[in-house]
Amino acid sequence: MKEKTQVEDIDRSLYDFRYSDDDFYKVRGGLTAEIVEEISREKNDPAWMRDFRLKSLEVYNSLDVPDWGPSIEGLDMDNIVTYVRPNMKKMATSWDDVPEDIKNTFERLGIPEAERKSLAGVGAQYDSEVVYHSIKEEMARQGVIYTDMESALHGEYADMIKEHFMKALPITEHKFVALHGAVWSGGSFVYVPKGVKLDIPLQSYFRFNAKGAGQFEHTLIIVEEGGYCHFIEGCSAPKYNVANIHAGCVELYVRKNATLRYSTIENWSKNMYNLNSKRAIVEEGGKIEWVSGSFGSHISYLYPMSVLNGEGARAEFTGVTFAGNGQNLDTGTKVLHNAKNTYSYINTRSISKDGGINTFRSSVHMTPNASGSKSAVSCESLMVDSISRSDTIPAMDVRVSDADVGHEARIGRISDDTVFYLMSRGLSEEDAKALIVRGFADNVSKELPLEYAVEMNNLITLEMKGSIG
Amino acid sequence: MADLLRISGLKASVEDKEILKGVDLTVNDGEVHVIMGPNGAGKSTLGSVIIGDPRYEITGGSVFFDGEDITGEDTDKIVKKGIFLTFQNPIEVPGITLANFIKTALEAQTGERIKMWDFKKKLEATMKVLQMNPEYADRDLNVGFSGGEKKKAEILQMLMLKPKLAILDETDSGLDVDAVHVVSKGVEEYKKNVGGALIIITHSTRILESLKVDKTHVLIDGKIVTDGDAALIDTINEEGFERYTA
Repeated sequence: MKEKTQVEDIDRSLYDFRYSDDDFYKVRGGLTAEIVEEISREKNDPAWMRDFRLKSLEVYNSLDVPDWGPSIEGLDMDNIVTYVRPNMKKMATSWDDVPEDIKNTFERLGIPEAERKSLAGVGAQYDSEVVYHSIKEEMARQGVIYTDMESALHGEYADMIKEHFMKALPITEHKFVALHGAVWSGGSFVYVPKGVKLDIPLQSYFRFNAKGAGQFEHTLIIVEEGGYCHFIEGCSAPKYNVANIHAGCVELYVRKNATLRYSTIENWSKNMYNLNSKRAIVEEGGKIEWVSGSFGSHISYLYPMSVLNGEGARAEFTGVTFAGNGQNLDTGTKVLHNAKNTYSYINTRSISKDGGINTFRSSVHMTPNASGSKSAVSCESLMVDSISRSDTIPAMDVRVSDADVGHEARIGRISDDTVFYLMSRGLSEEDAKALIVRGFADNVSKELPLEYAVEMNNLITLEMKGSIG
Repeated sequence: MADLLRISGLKASVEDKEILKGVDLTVNDGEVHVIMGPNGAGKSTLGSVIIGDPRYEITGGSVFFDGEDITGEDTDKIVKKGIFLTFQNPIEVPGITLANFIKTALEAQTGERIKMWDFKKKLEATMKVLQMNPEYADRDLNVGFSGGEKKKAEILQMLMLKPKLAILDETDSGLDVDAVHVVSKGVEEYKKNVGGALIIITHSTRILESLKVDKTHVLIDGKIVTDGDAALIDTINEEGFERYTA
């Protein structure tokens, strides 16, 4: 009846810019023992780490690609450059020492500004290496450690790294964890001592600039007894017409009565295979709070897992996934209740638009140790149009008689009545729909610090451009 | 006085069922018009069609506002010219607060960024006139509001958006005496401070007691069957619509 406009691609210029990497050090494409050894040599690994990498490669070669999720046929590891080092001598602790192009990149993404205004510490990774890391002095004085993994591996915390590295997420877990073990580079190490509560967040930003490459950063966080920390990770990349892969690992150790909040706003470009693994081990009375916004990538497999190992341990997962044109995002979460009176709450929303595919998977497992435990899963899906898709696959495995496990799922469309109501107050159809979607995703935006909530809402607004049809 | 709204021979259908069968109505700047009629006559449809509700298909006639043909225009473009329609059943929209929504709407209508401080002061003062608890400003739009609070929130939006023409669709229905009184106060405020025109769609007269009505129209079966002045309201109150339905 009325004329509609269709805009094919949105303006992502805020994220979609790139600089030359001609003078960067790169390994050649593909994955062989020789390449893994070269990376190990370049990174000056301790001997155990070189052996660990080679062992991981063996495991990688022995495992099959998953056959139960979105196809990753378009990803050919023979063409992937697994290590790209920016041309700088060592990691900087002042932005002035960061090369101009790289500094500009992070300026455009607003990182130094956020650091000045609202963060306790910042890490910035560019391709395979961390280029900048800093922590506010008062945090450091309390014994908080926030540094890049390479420094941690060689410095006074080397033993701590060796003790925890890929213990929460063993390389045998799946093929891409093994891949990570072989070629990992960069990432952050955080240590919060007993009783120390960080009242402002730490942030790491992962920027991927190179074409046809992989990013494999490793994040390791330990929050000791009674401590508190909020860690935020952000990520983005310019778009290329070839596949890029991201297979990071996040290992979180939450000790007795400690709380860790781990927030992610993921906005990879839409040629990215995002095969990321995250796991938290939570001890007695501890709590992990995942806040997760997934907007980017071509294919995602992402299911952060909480292992509740101590009595009264808790996990909360609050997530939103937005799948647009050409995106097949398979996301969700897993919780292992392995002690008495543990508790988990999962609250996710997914939005599908322009033929985008969302699959939500949750897995709640209660072992015989989990007497008196509770779990509630709530997932809601919003379909912006009739050509998109949303599936929900909840799994529950309960091996104890007195647990309380609940699940609810809802799927809905944007109601014409709501759009008309909002338009009757002067909003365009596009703005009305964007407002509805932002409102739908407010389970996550409510949980984020203001600046990040604003960024997330801007992302939704961007994604909703051209949604009229 | 220039005519603000001129509707000529307006016909509209929903799913091939004709609801408006040739409506003629002219509203001049600042006038107060009352449209009465039995249930199902098409009163609410008329309000919706004026602002371009896509559920209705306009099959004939025209709507001019401020000298411009707005027939078949998109709703947002129509209302930006200065028309506001209150909804009988305001929609609940989770995730945006009443205050933020009004600010968003104001910015959409004016195309200008609005300073938070000035806006908040204005909003608070206006909510006070409507005896609204200020906490409602930070609650999600209409979510969990009582019927009365929803109607007040509609009047609040009207007062903040300052339209040249406000169409009140059964704003008084389902409200208790006190709430009707508050809504009437809001409408008075609109007349006094904004000075715009009003079309009041109603089948009761409680909301009209404190207003000077310029014209009254009776809408039956999709047509305006008679026009009169304020006195017509009393006549209908006494005699009902029977005389026009025969």
